[in-house]
Amino acid sequence: MALSIKYFARVRDALGTSGETLAWNATWQTVDDLRQALCARGGAWAETLSREEIHCARNQQIAAWNDPIADGDEIAFFPPVTGG
Amino acid sequence: MAKDAVTIRVQSEDFDPGVETQRLHEADPTVGAVATFLGLVRAHPQEDGAVTTMTLEHYPGMTEKALAAIVDEARRRWPLTAVTVIHRVGPLAVGDRIVFVGCASSHRAAAFAACEFLMDYLKTRAPFWKKETTASGETRWVKARASDEERALRW
Repeated sequence: MALSIKYFARVRDALGTSGETLAWNATWQTVDDLRQALCARGGAWAETLSREEIHCARNQQIAAWNDPIADGDEIAFFPPVTGG
Repeated sequence: MAKDAVTIRVQSEDFDPGVETQRLHEADPTVGAVATFLGLVRAHPQEDGAVTTMTLEHYPGMTEKALAAIVDEARRRWPLTAVTVIHRVGPLAVGDRIVFVGCASSHRAAAFAACEFLMDYLKTRAPFWKKETTASGETRWVKARASDEERALRW
């Protein structure tokens, strides 16, 4: 299985991709573990995916950083919302 | 309140606020009050690089779920007979309609409160993002405002 990862708005622009499929890693337990793995790529990833600057959703629901993560999840990273 | 009295739409096309307001009460003679909010793309000429167009991006799938959750919360808090939330996406020009929220109830207090609650929650919890384009063709993502979060936390 794998994770489906989506990036939106400023985050997508900064990373240069709207999403990816990532092989599941059984050591990931929380959404923040995934975020840290992406930050470890360095460069724009480390700059853009700083915890203070972005929000995340797990399976299309707003998630907290310490929420559990599971194989097959859809995880999204995005800046604070600005609709309305 | 019947489930079919809830309307949630995310669309690129424009909407007619008069038609939407009429729909909120025409099927139910117990409605005594309809409160509506209409949000527009505004010009802010005092700032450098006046905005000419606004592009609304969203998270298809999650957006509809988030709006439904916000409407459910409003219905839990106030006695509403009908609710409509319409949000446009894609490119919009100054003066264009962006968002419509309408709440129908027997009395005005619930309609007013629910309408304001829905807008405050929509602005801070629904996955929409605005990108502005200035007259010179420069684009910039609109930053979230702390005052919007403060308003949402009042409820």
